[in-house]
Amino acid sequence: MIRFTDVTFTYAEAEEPTLRGIDLDIEEGELCVVVGETGSGKTTLLRAVNGLVPHFTGGRLSGDVRVDGRSTREYPPRELADVVGVVGQNPAASFVTDIVEDELAYTMENLGIAPAVMRRRVEDTLDLLGLHELRSRPLSTLSGGQQQRVAIGAVLTAAPRVLVLDEPTSALDPAAAEEVLASLTRLVHDLGMTVVLAEHRLERVIPFADRMVLVPGRGESLIVGTTAGIMEMSPVAPPIVELARLAGWSPVPLSVRDARRLADPLRRRLARVAAPVPAPTPGPALRPVAVAERLSVSFGEVVALDAVDFEVRPGEVVAVMGRNGSGKSTLLAHLAGLRRPTTGTVRVLGRAPTDLPPRRLIRLVGLVPQDAGMLLYGETVADECVTADHETGLSPGTTAAMLESVLPGMPMGHHPRDLSEGQRLALALAIVLAPAPPLVLLDEPTRGLDYPSKHRLVELLRKMAASGDCIVVATHDVELAAQVATRAVVLAEGEVVSDGVARDVVCHSPVFAPQVAKVLAPDPWLTVDEVRSALAGAVP
Amino acid sequence: MSVRMPAASARRGLHPAAWWLWAGCMAGAAIRTTNPILLALIASVAAFVVAAKRTSAPWSRSLVVFFRLGIVVIVLRVVIQIIFGNRLPGHVLFTLPEIPLPSWAQGVSIGGPVTVEAVVQAAVQGLRLAVVLICFGAANSLASPYRLLRCLPAVLYEAGVAVTVSLAFAPEVVMAIAGVRDARRLRGRPIRGLAGLRGMAIPVLESALDRSLQLASSMDARGYGRRVAVAQRTRWMGTGGTAVGLLLVIVGVYGALDAGSLPAGGIPFLAAGAVLVGAGMAVGGRRTNRTRYRPDVWRIAEWAVGASGVAALSGMIVAGVFGVPGLQLQVYPLEFPPLPLLPAAGILIGLLPALVAPMDRSASGTRTTAPPPPADEVQAPGAPVPASATPAPAPTKPDAVQPPAPVGLRMPFGPVEGTVA
Repeated sequence: MIRFTDVTFTYAEAEEPTLRGIDLDIEEGELCVVVGETGSGKTTLLRAVNGLVPHFTGGRLSGDVRVDGRSTREYPPRELADVVGVVGQNPAASFVTDIVEDELAYTMENLGIAPAVMRRRVEDTLDLLGLHELRSRPLSTLSGGQQQRVAIGAVLTAAPRVLVLDEPTSALDPAAAEEVLASLTRLVHDLGMTVVLAEHRLERVIPFADRMVLVPGRGESLIVGTTAGIMEMSPVAPPIVELARLAGWSPVPLSVRDARRLADPLRRRLARVAAPVPAPTPGPALRPVAVAERLSVSFGEVVALDAVDFEVRPGEVVAVMGRNGSGKSTLLAHLAGLRRPTTGTVRVLGRAPTDLPPRRLIRLVGLVPQDAGMLLYGETVADECVTADHETGLSPGTTAAMLESVLPGMPMGHHPRDLSEGQRLALALAIVLAPAPPLVLLDEPTRGLDYPSKHRLVELLRKMAASGDCIVVATHDVELAAQVATRAVVLAEGEVVSDGVARDVVCHSPVFAPQVAKVLAPDPWLTVDEVRSALAGAVP
Repeated sequence: MSVRMPAASARRGLHPAAWWLWAGCMAGAAIRTTNPILLALIASVAAFVVAAKRTSAPWSRSLVVFFRLGIVVIVLRVVIQIIFGNRLPGHVLFTLPEIPLPSWAQGVSIGGPVTVEAVVQAAVQGLRLAVVLICFGAANSLASPYRLLRCLPAVLYEAGVAVTVSLAFAPEVVMAIAGVRDARRLRGRPIRGLAGLRGMAIPVLESALDRSLQLASSMDARGYGRRVAVAQRTRWMGTGGTAVGLLLVIVGVYGALDAGSLPAGGIPFLAAGAVLVGAGMAVGGRRTNRTRYRPDVWRIAEWAVGASGVAALSGMIVAGVFGVPGLQLQVYPLEFPPLPLLPAAGILIGLLPALVAPMDRSASGTRTTAPPPPADEVQAPGAPVPASATPAPAPTKPDAVQPPAPVGLRMPFGPVEGTVA
């Protein structure tokens, strides 16, 4: 269905090719997952499938890419639109119209599909992705997860034979992600649709994947194999595979069900050692850094936050969770003083953040928004670091040093727009952290991050918390929450549903429980590291 | 094919082309006068209609930005007049130190006496441009440019993309400003005053441009501008006819806007051009194979709105042809301008849309919280497609068929796996 023959691609003005000598065959009806580190060329590979690379990016492509027998040399992307549907990393950037329904119909209109068929497919897709209540909403008013679902729906309606998705679940809450992936699996199994998707959150996709393509980056050749085969050797692995390696299970289980069947001996071994202690929570003696009291926010008639009481104390890492559109980003925006509350108050170290001039504010609160690229306007990475030092009055080099500790080896000469999503986040994070604000807010920080970068982020956040900073993370990434959070707050429809020690909150929720907890239930283990150190202690 | 399409205009508000026609005519009327009363009248009519008919969608807020832009334009125009403008005689307000310029720079002067007459004239010229901008802003607020584009025939692919991108630019800029303000605040940069303005201009333009480029690539990836193979001659006729027609339209519009440059206000050119463009598009339209989902329909309300705009413009043109006094502001002697009745009446007809245009109830842009995920079961996209109902969308391969459509596929979703007790 998709055939890459000796494909080498070099971006204009780049010295090294991003893809070198790629040979890849993806059969019809396959669900193929592309994995690789941040910046390894996954997105380039995916965009080459329908010819957006090089037709829209420029650069030199040698070799041949064929989809359903049509070569991207002869067919520009528009002539492949009936065969390939592409959903990009940033769904909002792919929107052509402005209302949900029109967006769903757009590709079909261009393909000349009969109006009656269009009506039917739009309705079916609205149902499939749970969008029916949003059908006439302007796209720009949707939450990130809703936009993602619309973007997927917009290509599904054209009934393409090949679906290419770049991190389709990165903005979705766990339940919605599960639904999208389940629907994709259905399309593969029942219609023989070919699906190629790149994803960093392997724990979500590997149960569904037929084959995996490992992109090692730096122009090395691809490694292709069955999911289990790749998982045995892959340097990037989800918690369930790491747990399997630790316990020596073979073959490697790919789903929680498979793992539970194998986990009985491990559970018994763990029962003999002490159950994990909850992370020490800072005593109430410490004064909270940020307090929101009866915080209510409404947009028109719609209530985004409803009388929320929230506080963070030094050394805490609070994970704010909840489904898409439940008010997480709104809460962060108010803590950062970007918006004025409708009623209620927000205080950071006793001050209303909205009243502070920007220069003072960033020394109190740092927020990394969901779209980290928003913060970046410099010409190069180096330039961005220098400007940040200059503007915030830090000694020269502080931001660059911070960047090196967040993600070593950044290409300092690149334009921020040419960075991968993960690299951009690292840069934004470094800029926000450089003035050392006591309260750091992160909105979906692991979007687009591979496991090594995520690991570094976790280390960084732990270090910051240990030194007394407060961190609030709004996230859908349950594994991240399991690793760093001391407290978890679950929001639903603008209200606080639960607020407590992270271990209790996530373990008691089927949606927010991390994989290790699901495998080892009812004991409250959260991460592979905990299990590893417990076992090491038990068998001296 | 017995599916009844819902009444589009009842749900979607007015046809976007009707709004743009109305706004274009109002802007055209504004260009033909320098009478500040008439200009203020046009601006108020535009603002009133927007206030009455706009939705709560994000693009509906762009009028305020255009009003601000208008004020900037007026101030700029006056400042330029004071510093560089040619020196009109009259009542001297104050005198700036004059900088002598070499003889080759004749016609340009820096400094010198500044008269009331010069300032008033500059302000009125600025006001005229500001009102044109406000009319453009009104169109942006009432109908999003994307919707207008949906009605645009895809004959000229490149032109279509260019038009989309340029139309989308203004609202993009408006929305980018909010994002950039937030970002600047988060990075501790000033957001108010001159320093804020200076630092924001580049990022706002950059992000709006960036978005426009992504828009173009996304349109392409989603099949915009697909071609059906047709004879070379048909292709030339389509493209040629449209191009020549567009040229004539441009000449005609120029005539309509600049009184006295062409006979009969350029109307014959406009008409001939429109006919040619229509024919060219009809021929060229054979090359594309597009269908419409919920097409915008042109009904009585659309005719009324369009006609009200045309009435406003013709009032102005007729007044110009018959030399009705008061269309242009007289600065010698400087006196309060009269109110010419004919053009004023025409402009007031422009209020008609506030009464006749249906309310756009669909785009209620309020943010609601997400609906709970579907509980029990959902359905796959794609409906049973009767073979005859689907025109083969093959771009160049006529034998390509639609992919097999899912036949009423039901998908049960169980609860999330691995429930933890």
